[in-house]
Amino acid sequence: MRSFIVALRTSLFLMILCGLLYPLATTAVAQVLFHKQAEGSLVIQNGKVQGSELLAQGFKGPEWFHPRASAAKYDPTASAATNAAVASNEYVKTVKDNVNQLKKENGNIGNKIPADLVTTSGSGFDPDLSLEAAKAQVPRIAKALSVSEDRLQALINEHTIGRSFGIFGEPRVNVLELNMALQQLK
Amino acid sequence: MTMGLIQVVVTLLIAGLLVKPVGTYLVKVFDYETTGLDRFFRPGERFIYRLIGVREKESMGWKKYVFAMLLTNFIMMMFMYVIFRIQKFLPLNPDMIDNMPPALAFNTAASFITNTNWQAYSGENSLSYLSQMIAITFPMFTSAATGFAVAIAFIRGLVARQNNLGNFYVDLIRSITRVFLPLSFIVALFLVFQGVPQTLHGAADATTLEDAKQMITRGPVASLESIKHIGTNGGGYFGTNSSHPFENPTPLSNLMEILCMLLLPTALVYAFGVMIKNKRQGWSIFAAMGIMFLVFLSIVFIAEYNGTPALHALGVHGNMEGKEVRFGISGSALFTAVTTAATTGSVNNMHDSLTPIGGLVPLGEMMLNNVFGGKGVGLLNGLLYVILTVFICGLMVGRTPEFLGKKIESKEVKLASIALLVHPVLILVSTAIAFVTPSAISSIANPGSHGLTEVLYAFTSGAANNGSAFAGLGANTTFYNIAIGLVMLLGRYISIIAMLAIAGSFATKKVAAATSGTFRTDTPLFTGILVVIIVVIGALTFFPALALGPIAEHLGMFH
Repeated sequence: MRSFIVALRTSLFLMILCGLLYPLATTAVAQVLFHKQAEGSLVIQNGKVQGSELLAQGFKGPEWFHPRASAAKYDPTASAATNAAVASNEYVKTVKDNVNQLKKENGNIGNKIPADLVTTSGSGFDPDLSLEAAKAQVPRIAKALSVSEDRLQALINEHTIGRSFGIFGEPRVNVLELNMALQQLK
Repeated sequence: MTMGLIQVVVTLLIAGLLVKPVGTYLVKVFDYETTGLDRFFRPGERFIYRLIGVREKESMGWKKYVFAMLLTNFIMMMFMYVIFRIQKFLPLNPDMIDNMPPALAFNTAASFITNTNWQAYSGENSLSYLSQMIAITFPMFTSAATGFAVAIAFIRGLVARQNNLGNFYVDLIRSITRVFLPLSFIVALFLVFQGVPQTLHGAADATTLEDAKQMITRGPVASLESIKHIGTNGGGYFGTNSSHPFENPTPLSNLMEILCMLLLPTALVYAFGVMIKNKRQGWSIFAAMGIMFLVFLSIVFIAEYNGTPALHALGVHGNMEGKEVRFGISGSALFTAVTTAATTGSVNNMHDSLTPIGGLVPLGEMMLNNVFGGKGVGLLNGLLYVILTVFICGLMVGRTPEFLGKKIESKEVKLASIALLVHPVLILVSTAIAFVTPSAISSIANPGSHGLTEVLYAFTSGAANNGSAFAGLGANTTFYNIAIGLVMLLGRYISIIAMLAIAGSFATKKVAAATSGTFRTDTPLFTGILVVIIVVIGALTFFPALALGPIAEHLGMFH
């Protein structure tokens, strides 16, 4: 009986310590030190929440940079991936369709297709594009907005995020950031 | 690819540099003698022991230790189950999440108490903030601490002169107060700095640039995310786990999560060497684990960079399906190799969408279950193979096998065989049962060999207490919830009980002095034999299943 009570008290105590005190203390400190990030890195313009820097939005119009495909349809209440088997014929067909679509929209983009642009992201909200994937969309956007391709390429260069410390991660652009810059351009 | 390689090497170098200092610290944490740490931690701990009624000096034999462990774990699991079932009526539920159904609540409670963190649900729409805190974050601490405690108890048994493995409650509390809590707090703040949310506010309503609505779900994510990796737990706050930008927003958060996963399992192997007063022994086991890890890592790295021949023909190089741009192929491959080696089970890319050979890597690591392995139990599994290796070598040269001067006799070998066989039996039998159950087959997302791998992966992940998934499998059904729930519980506790029984039996054995005829277990030769035995036993057990799954799929790609 004594051992049961000790086990019970241990469980209850640890539940309060690790399950309540620890997350609440972390919340308090995080809110003070890094308020913006703690709230979800929200993008707020004129008092209105326009999204989060970290979550992709489903840009569809030809005048925008399109993010990577999302199995979650860009809905953060139900994150999802395709979980497709990449060796299956069905999957190869999907990618082939994406490649053809890309070529149709942007003309001749060469034989090296940006892999991230014709595949689906893991989270459903990949906020970034590789530099090649952003570049591949330039002809379409230039036509839709009637601006020069050089201007758009300069925009991509301006918003390029490099590797952390020159080592970690991949060079990329944040699609929402880039599209907000496009909005300024208009 | 060159930059990718550099990232991997630099990350592993940092992890390697941390092994010795952290291992040294761990030895101090579990040393019952007075240490310099006491001045800082003692007052608080003494208060805790009084509060929960633990007699600090009480020593426990192996049976008492096991009993305390099982009882505490059982009570915690009951608490969790109840909370999942009634979360709708409890506070801190801004997004109005409903109660969990019974089978799913059982599966989730079993999953988190066993340090598996298999998830048949998606956190953002199945758990309230309160549940994420007191029924998910909480067992992330205690299951990791339990694993630590039993590993330390086993080591004490190896060197003990009497049946005293320490005190379970003291080990449990100490690992939380001296390791997990302080570390998790600091790492959580770093993750918030990188962009992981930590808030009690409900979802934010956003209107996008194209005037669409977006509900941005968030919550106390960072405090879960840090212990999730430090405790090699792996259960994500969101459905897509560490690929989600709110769980893993930058390459630096990715680096931090990888380092956190590797930190304690590797340091524990070093601590083992120090505790048995033979550092070479610790390093020889470390080397065996390290060699296997590097081989697995190289395979997944190359396989993902190569992609598939059909995509290659389309001009698409490398496999980016289910991966995130900020991590790239290199950061994803490394994460995959680490998360299944350390049996964390968090994913920053979708394992279901790895190339067939790439997907073989996490599966293989979980099948061997001792490439560093999870908090504590990884070392236990490693030592299990050490005992077997010593036994097999002893048979070959015809002398009584010894480990650390203690004779390995029929009782220990029988117990070791039980602990060894539990793992494949659970995996293969339950996979077989699934394939004769129509409702289980209908959950499979991808047809053919890949579908077989999905089911095999699910049960392997459960038995290894890993928790990662080939997530195409629709696992939230009564069959899988109960079957995988049971596999997780049996996979964890049977082998722990058997190993502590071995520790108890070792503890009372006399130490024989080493002679020139003693088979040395701390040499490169032994490391080599150990690797061969692990791989041969693993291959003999699992090759047929692997041949039908990923290997068949790989060969099929070239038709």
